[in-house]
Amino acid sequence: MSQSLPRLVWQRSLPWVAPVLLLLLWQLAAQTGWLSSRVLPAPLAIGKAAWTLALSGELWQHVAVSARRALSGFAIGGGAGLLLGLLTGSFRRAEILLDTSLQMVRNIPPLALIPLVILWFGIDEGAKLFLVSIGVFFPIYLNTYHGIRSVDATLIEMGRSYGLSGWGLYRDVILPGATASILVGVRFSLGFMWVILIVAETISASSGIGYMTMNAREFLQTDIVLVGILLYALLGKFADLTARGLERFWLRWHPGYQH
Amino acid sequence: MNHNSRETEALASSAAIVNAKGTGLSLRSIVKRYGEREVLRSIDLDIQPGEFVAIVGRSGCGKSTLLRVIAGLEEIQSGVQLHDGRQESTHDDTRIMFQESRLLPWKKVLANVSLGLTRDRYLEVLDVLNEVGLADRRFDWPSRLSGGQRQRVALARALVHRPRLLLLDEPLGALDALTRIEMHALIESLWREHGFTALLVTHDVHEAIALADRVILIEDGQITQDLHVRLPRPRARSDAAFAALEELLLNQLLGKTLIKPDALAA
Ligand SMILES: Nc1ncnc2c1ncn2[C@@H]1O[C@H](COP(=O)(O)OP(=O)(O)O)[C@@H](O)[C@H]1O
Ligand SMILES: [Mg+2]
Repeated sequence: MSQSLPRLVWQRSLPWVAPVLLLLLWQLAAQTGWLSSRVLPAPLAIGKAAWTLALSGELWQHVAVSARRALSGFAIGGGAGLLLGLLTGSFRRAEILLDTSLQMVRNIPPLALIPLVILWFGIDEGAKLFLVSIGVFFPIYLNTYHGIRSVDATLIEMGRSYGLSGWGLYRDVILPGATASILVGVRFSLGFMWVILIVAETISASSGIGYMTMNAREFLQTDIVLVGILLYALLGKFADLTARGLERFWLRWHPGYQH
Repeated sequence: MNHNSRETEALASSAAIVNAKGTGLSLRSIVKRYGEREVLRSIDLDIQPGEFVAIVGRSGCGKSTLLRVIAGLEEIQSGVQLHDGRQESTHDDTRIMFQESRLLPWKKVLANVSLGLTRDRYLEVLDVLNEVGLADRRFDWPSRLSGGQRQRVALARALVHRPRLLLLDEPLGALDALTRIEMHALIESLWREHGFTALLVTHDVHEAIALADRVILIEDGQITQDLHVRLPRPRARSDAAFAALEELLLNQLLGKTLIKPDALAA
């Protein structure tokens, strides 16, 4: 337990040694001209490109457009997935009516729909929204349905015998019992949301991060292409952190989320 | 069997008025089947208001099923059961406890005990948590409690409804020996104080004799022994009469000898 401070600093910084060395090497290789800036510009050059884009406001505009697409798609598809999952999980009738059809549609990969979606919507906003919605729908639908179905039956019996029924039983026993599973769906679909959006924006868009990178590619601005890639990575990480935060909050009763 | 059933029935209904704290129970020819399999075959049983009855028997003989039938959690194929002389499908004054605490893991101790209660009963909840000695843990998650503490919370959750009949299905089955002894004392004192009728299923003959006024043995879905334990409370477990009763019950459970209960249960 009682470690000396230098030792602790050393241990903490150890994992960062390799990445920092790599960055230095990369920077050196680019500066000496050994690595062409067409292939891979120097890290400092990428930083400068990001800085310039940020200052001109162009960066934020694209980020805002992409984020709006991602979030509205998530809200529509995720909301529908949650509602339908709750419905089919809770009511036998709804399950019989809907589940088989939904399971059949599930086998179509959302990205396979792209040609069809372009035929339907052109390169409109609607196309991207549709693709993201479809993509996030299934992870949330399936996990919600499964979560509701696998709530501990002994707890439901207990709740009933203590006078809970209807909405009270749902609120106190069934929904909390399904939360862990629903959040797995949310986390998965938050990751998938960006993947779909990247593909959709790269194929056809007139704004957004994907447009920015494809545009830069035409002018051989490799540094801006890399800025776009890094932005996607950052946004993906941010979505994942949000999902983790939700889990830590909603599952704070769970021994796996206490420290 | 039940040569004096008419007597006890009369007693049950009259005592129900005298002793309002505990339910009097009469079961007549209860039959419970799962598919083809007959799990309870014509159970007849009378329990006095406020009595503490233990049910012992081999695993799978139908103890839990009997308890669930009495709790109204299982349909029966034939037979009648009367609670205080009345035939009702729901029993609001009956509570059941299981081997698992069945606490809601996403509710803190206080919220678990308050389940199904209105907010204005907060003080009662605190009182009963005090009785089981866990008032200071009321803001803890159930996952932070030991097995014994969880069972005490489950007991508090049942008691706050002032049950007149408490059904206990091996509630101490998963606890260590020391915790069990502590729980015996707690359950006995709560039973004496509240006056409810208690029906305890256990696989532990020792536990049954330590706690119950009467020990009932179930074999293959039938009551084969009904033994009054007339030892003074609190019971000394090292007592010779205690040991004799224990041996007698164990022998029958193991199928060794037939016994004459009246000779031994003095
Ligand atoms: N829901 C059920 N469906 C079918 N059989 C059951 C069910 N519950 C219990 N049984 C059967 O009934 C018998 C008695 O079970 P139970 O009352 O739980 O025994 P125990 O005395 O161990 O508590 C067992 O043979 C068990 O397999
Ligand atoms: Mg059992």
